Amino acid sequence: MTAIDERTLKLDPEEARRVRQERFERIGRWLLPLAIMILAIWLWDRICVWNEVPQYILPRPGVVMQTLYNDAGLLFSSLLVTLRITFLSLALAVIGGVGLSVLFAQSKWVEMSFFPFAIVLQVTPIVAIFPLINIYVNNQTTKLLLCAWIVAFFPILSNTTLGLNSVDRNLRDLFKLNGATRWQQLRYLRLPAAMPYFLGGLKIAGGLSLIGAVVAEFVAGTTGQSSGLASRIIEAGYRLNAPRLFAALLLISLTGILIFLVLSLISHLILRRWHESALKQER
Amino acid sequence: MMREQVAQAPASAVAPTLLALRGVGKVFSNGVTALSDVDLTIREGDFLSLLGPSGCGKSTALRLIAGLSTPTSGVLDWRGGGSLDRANIGFVFQEPTLLPWASVFDNVWLPLRLKGISRAKAAPAITQMLARVHLTGFENAVPRELSGGMKMRVSIARAMVTKPRVLLMDEPFAALDEITRFKLNNDLLELWQDERFTVVFVTHSVFESVFLSNRVVVMAARPGRVFDELAIEAAYPRDEAFRTSPDYAGLCRQASDVLVNAINSTAGLHHDGH
Repeated sequence: MTAIDERTLKLDPEEARRVRQERFERIGRWLLPLAIMILAIWLWDRICVWNEVPQYILPRPGVVMQTLYNDAGLLFSSLLVTLRITFLSLALAVIGGVGLSVLFAQSKWVEMSFFPFAIVLQVTPIVAIFPLINIYVNNQTTKLLLCAWIVAFFPILSNTTLGLNSVDRNLRDLFKLNGATRWQQLRYLRLPAAMPYFLGGLKIAGGLSLIGAVVAEFVAGTTGQSSGLASRIIEAGYRLNAPRLFAALLLISLTGILIFLVLSLISHLILRRWHESALKQER
Repeated sequence: MMREQVAQAPASAVAPTLLALRGVGKVFSNGVTALSDVDLTIREGDFLSLLGPSGCGKSTALRLIAGLSTPTSGVLDWRGGGSLDRANIGFVFQEPTLLPWASVFDNVWLPLRLKGISRAKAAPAITQMLARVHLTGFENAVPRELSGGMKMRVSIARAMVTKPRVLLMDEPFAALDEITRFKLNNDLLELWQDERFTVVFVTHSVFESVFLSNRVVVMAARPGRVFDELAIEAAYPRDEAFRTSPDYAGLCRQASDVLVNAINSTAGLHHDGH
């Protein structure tokens, strides 16, 4: 919008240079990473050809795409399994994280008492906890969910707790002056104020729940019909089926990127009118 | 109407007492005596300014009146109905203190919403109040889209939408530029004359306090206390002509002298202490 306005103006060289530079940056932001990516893939392909690398060590990119197409049925049904665990655990992480932080916000005492437990859960590597979960939990899905949840819920808990506690002091006084109940204060003041923090946590948790789901599946070592992408990768590794391994890896990466983009979009849509983080840079 | 307003300033001398602070003191847990032995009578319809240097406890006094804080000693005696219901107090902070995610309309709705009044039911009062502060047409804007002066107008509308009997203002215009401040001064006076509520206005500006108030209470620091009181007997309505009049300049000089004495009294006290 501003660029069009400026084009009709007579600009001095400095301003004109700035407009030009901004335009280059806008295009470059997309074009540059894309070009580098294409170059990297091309180089990958060339290295395979030049060095005559066997397919079971490093397949050419074209072969990976071909495998993705040929094994689509198998791979996408596995992707669905992984996605199910991912989204279920993300949903549970949201419910658990927000629920706990609201509980913590009710009283400093509750927060002081229980926050250390959350930290213990967070800092202990999930791979190390898994054997215990394996003993205590029978159901395979529950096992995976629990793992992914432990990995994903902490950023939501800690961010939302921070958000609920960082309400402007004057606004708190204002609510007090107007005789607001605890519930009203939570509903109309603290929860909306915590929204940007929560969404920041959600963005991290989205990626972590995918990682959690894949790692859980790795350590659980499921195989067979209803197995996710992680077991496809293990399986392909055993069979030296590198093209399928790469194809599965590609799917996981793309899923992670997609989850991040969707959550970023949601965050932007919710915050775009009022929060600094979602506002366009103004000169 | 003109005559009625002219009569208002002297009339306040005999207006009934709304609130009497008697021997009010406040000591914070860190040992600071914010207020010491404050006696102050606020009458119905007063526009009373608390003027003083920083640290004189004027904001603390305001918070005590609002009920946001309790006095360490002394009493606040609300007349005409025991302790005043909080619903009868409007508060304007130094910052606009708006909900950044809510529209102008919803920000003004907030005090009514907290009383359980629906948006539709509150709408006439909100629309009317926004018109009073000249914000008609900005109902759907969010705070960040407004200028500093407009945000403050929203804040005033929010404080006044419940039709409180007392409006407490804590240096509300201190962060605004002079032109905007003058404009808001004028509009606030207009609102006050029309609605006849009581204002307690905290400020560190001699000029602002003299322009607005019928009573200026000068406070001194360490410990925070009432130093002296000035009656500003110039007639209302006060407009731009008053702002440049010799009367105004004289009153400002008078208030300024008192303030200087108040500040020096602190310095002397401090010196004696050594």
